[in-house]
Amino acid sequence: MEQNIFISGDEAVAHGVRLSRPNVIAAYPITPQTITVERLSDMVECGDLKAEYMHVESEHSAICATMGASAVGARTFTASSSQGLLYMTEGLHYCSGGRYPVVMMNANRSVALPWSIYGDHRDSLSLLDCGWIQVYVEDAQEALDMTIQAFKIAEHKDVLTPMMVNLDGFILTHTYEMVSIPEQDKVDAFLPPFQTENKMCFENPKNMAFSSQPDDNTEFKYQQNEAMFNAVKVLKQTNKEFAQSFGRDYGDMVEEYRCDDADAILVTLGSVTGTVRVVVDKMRAEGKKVGLLKIRYMRPFPEKEIIATAKKVKAIGVIDKDISFGYEGTVFTNVNSALAKANSTVLKKNYIGGLGGRDITKNEIENMFNELLTGKLKKDGEHVEFFNLKVAIDE
Amino acid sequence: MNKPQKKDFIKPKHINDYPVGPQFEAGHLADINAGWRTVRPVVDHEACIFCLRCYIVCPDGTIFKDGDKIGIDYDYCKGCGVCAHECPKDAISMIKEEL
Repeated sequence: MEQNIFISGDEAVAHGVRLSRPNVIAAYPITPQTITVERLSDMVECGDLKAEYMHVESEHSAICATMGASAVGARTFTASSSQGLLYMTEGLHYCSGGRYPVVMMNANRSVALPWSIYGDHRDSLSLLDCGWIQVYVEDAQEALDMTIQAFKIAEHKDVLTPMMVNLDGFILTHTYEMVSIPEQDKVDAFLPPFQTENKMCFENPKNMAFSSQPDDNTEFKYQQNEAMFNAVKVLKQTNKEFAQSFGRDYGDMVEEYRCDDADAILVTLGSVTGTVRVVVDKMRAEGKKVGLLKIRYMRPFPEKEIIATAKKVKAIGVIDKDISFGYEGTVFTNVNSALAKANSTVLKKNYIGGLGGRDITKNEIENMFNELLTGKLKKDGEHVEFFNLKVAIDE
Repeated sequence: MNKPQKKDFIKPKHINDYPVGPQFEAGHLADINAGWRTVRPVVDHEACIFCLRCYIVCPDGTIFKDGDKIGIDYDYCKGCGVCAHECPKDAISMIKEEL
């Protein structure tokens, strides 16, 4: 029997990891990820999880230790957030280049300065180029389910690419909800032990992680890029199998919500999706044609899906808990690039907010929809707006 | 001293022939002396007293006993010159590589 328990997002991830039976966990605690690694440490200590738990002295060591363990064929897990994630950066590239399918939970949190422990997406979005698959979840249940799926996707022989499961700091990590915990034998059937040829062993010794000259480097990078595209097929298949085994279907690269006859839609990432969902229902009840496009994967990027949705609508707003200083939000940049390739003439607007943990309210979301429904921008040519600034900025 | 057997490396023709990531069966040498040796050590066996100091100091382990003489594995020697510098009899000269 699947058990329903009342837990936080952090604890949900810990249960997802336990059920996935990793061989090695190496992590360094950081708010708001701490509870996850504390629970995992408890589970190892009391014998619920038979794994090697390495209490490392830093995040840099955490990623290096998991990568090393992966290189001898172990299933590995680490977790971090914000400054800790950034401290891992060197290892993140190393890990994806070496094709070591480490799975990581990242509790999305703003990056200093100003120092803040609260959430936004500036940590992981600044690392889109490091070669990791990135998925963003909407609630604790999806966090648990995607942790299990992440091992299956990352370890697939056509993928062999590390994967980051992102959940919003505090909004998801520290709030409690009823979460269904899958049965161990069903998870075992869904996720068999990790097997790979890409490892060091005595029977078949290998030269691991060697350098490559200009003659070969491009080919290795080409291959890495192809592996990321292979992940698209694998993650769709994995979602399907997961839905068959556990009855929860999250869609593929994106989830469309009430987009079919919509005039205006908002594109979201992570927990704000839930709030937008509620606003869509409210405005739909009032006869307004609005919808929601939840991006689940930022890498590989859902280019085809975004183009397909854009063809149905007149205006697209993108909510970014991110700003790439001197330009715009990174989700917007990626969405826009997809639209440009399709020569889309849809109205586009980037809403920047929710930074450093500021709430994004239903009222603000409704205002965004209302602007998009007018079919033109509030201020001509202003595609990027910081919403809910608390002070005047006009001259 | 046993030297590992070196296997021929065949340059891949198709992307599918590439190893998954930069890891490959041990024993292949894809790039002789890493492609950057400019000078090579040459031993004067008349002057050499077979003290094996060069063997100890070689950072790449390329010096070996070839019977009762010093041998150098030029596939792996990078030409750093530590052996020549440390030789008590100045029996090793560093000779410029001809391109």
